[in-house]
Amino acid sequence: MSRPPEAALASSPALSRPLQLVRSPRAAAERGRRWRRALRSGLIGGISLSVWVGLWQLACVQEWDFFFRFENVPSPTEVVTAAGTLFENPKFLPHVLNSLQRIFIGFSVAAALAISLGLLIGRFRVASQALLPPLEVLRPIPAVAWIPLAILLFVSAEQSMVFITFIGAFFPILLNTIHGVQGIDPRLVNASLTLGAGPVDVFREVILPGALPSIVTGLSIGMGTSWFSLVTAEMISGQYGIGYYTWESYTLQNYPSIVLGMIGIGILGMGSSWLIRWGGRRCMPWFKPEANAR
Amino acid sequence: MTDAVDSTDPARPRGAISMRDLGIHFGEGETAVEAVRGIDLTIAAGEFVSVLGPSGCGKSTLIGAIAGFTPVTSGELLLDEEPIRAPGPDRGVVFQQHTLFPWKTVSENVEFGLKMRGISRAERRQTAREILQQVGLGEFLEHYPNQLSGGMQQRVSLARVLVNRPRVLLMDEPFCSLDAQTRLEMQEMLLDLWQAFHMTVVFVSHDVDEALFLSDRVLVSSRRPGRIKGTLSVDLPRPRESELLTSPEFMRLKRQALELLGATVHGQRSGTRALGGAAPQLVSLRS
Repeated sequence: MSRPPEAALASSPALSRPLQLVRSPRAAAERGRRWRRALRSGLIGGISLSVWVGLWQLACVQEWDFFFRFENVPSPTEVVTAAGTLFENPKFLPHVLNSLQRIFIGFSVAAALAISLGLLIGRFRVASQALLPPLEVLRPIPAVAWIPLAILLFVSAEQSMVFITFIGAFFPILLNTIHGVQGIDPRLVNASLTLGAGPVDVFREVILPGALPSIVTGLSIGMGTSWFSLVTAEMISGQYGIGYYTWESYTLQNYPSIVLGMIGIGILGMGSSWLIRWGGRRCMPWFKPEANAR
Repeated sequence: MTDAVDSTDPARPRGAISMRDLGIHFGEGETAVEAVRGIDLTIAAGEFVSVLGPSGCGKSTLIGAIAGFTPVTSGELLLDEEPIRAPGPDRGVVFQQHTLFPWKTVSENVEFGLKMRGISRAERRQTAREILQQVGLGEFLEHYPNQLSGGMQQRVSLARVLVNRPRVLLMDEPFCSLDAQTRLEMQEMLLDLWQAFHMTVVFVSHDVDEALFLSDRVLVSSRRPGRIKGTLSVDLPRPRESELLTSPEFMRLKRQALELLGATVHGQRSGTRALGGAAPQLVSLRS
């Protein structure tokens, strides 16, 4: 993956699929073009990143003090050094695992509930009339604002944090599901009826797969917002978790670890969103949004 | 044609349609639209009937009513002596724009009707394969609909409907968006399938050639509210092939059909809508 195809060709004459390459020079040219494009965008991204990290290092070394105060900010080299000893800290892995567990439970419950409700609300007017008004009132309340009430509602801090994660994921998934159901071509429903589908079949065979692209979008957004909510909740009431780790690093004046915690949050959030999108693509081989994009 | 998809069960209802003083309105009160008025029509089992008329003349409404989507406002609409109440697999519909499920492969789309009947996966796959071979798509079982051309999509639509062995096949300008050559191929294929499956076909079109080429009988519809204003019996021999399109007999029928259609336009202009109903009306109103 990391070397260009020309190099791969030159270095391995017994390439496993030389035929394919030889047979379609057009496809090979297209692949080469795509490679060069990927290389170019990677190069630009890399340069940009280095420049920003370089500026950060410079600001720390010079102890920049104009508008931003870099006096106590850890420099990139300090962060890298701290990262080397990260796994020597016996508490770091439990922090990560705790966060992952909270996300997993909160997000799963939110997905199950929001998708079911969304399908009902999108499909049946009665459900939408009964359920949408209260949900519309709750929707603008940020998950963070739920924290005090969550502490009162639940016996343990653990439960309340999972609840906050749930709240964070719930609304994006719900709204996207409703949107997906309402966007289904009614002719497809009619077609299924003329082919002998009953009400349950319509739901399973038409409504659910028809809304799936939108649901996956909702899940992907919901994953982001649930991390956002969780980290906040952990900072306020946690004992373990990556958000708590970040805040604890501040209170213990272990400054490089603040940045490590932040990067950890970024990587975990990015990874879980990628997982959702990957799962979505696997479930929807027919769905090719990139064919229309650009 | 293979035995597996050929169905000649004599005990099976054959798909005779009858309409008595049929009227269909949309909406209520002042915004109500009268789509179809006073249609008296009998379609024999196994007959191929086309409805020819200008856009917005209620042709599609008629299809919707037979399919069971559109409720009848007044009069009677019977299929084999039973009133039509809801959509069902005994009446297959093919639209101008395909309604294949984008998330199902070609084979899964065709299997759909069998799946709804609880037929095992292996069996329905086999049946789908046979019928797809019959429409010339045996190589495309695992493709998704959006990977196919318009003509191929309509072939799949036909196969998906035929797998249910419908009594009636309803087609709403199904070949309208295809190029001329594909269209002719599809028409010839449709006639083959019609003969293999012994079903009634109601075919809506605004193309005179197409309607005459395919049908036993062509009904000419007036502008909204749609009424049958003329009938043409097409006594051309079958099987029909594309050479027929340039024969003198075909030309004569075409002239008659165009005159009837022209009467629609001119009749509307001069306000003589009362012309409808009395069929057959093979007179020119141009002069």
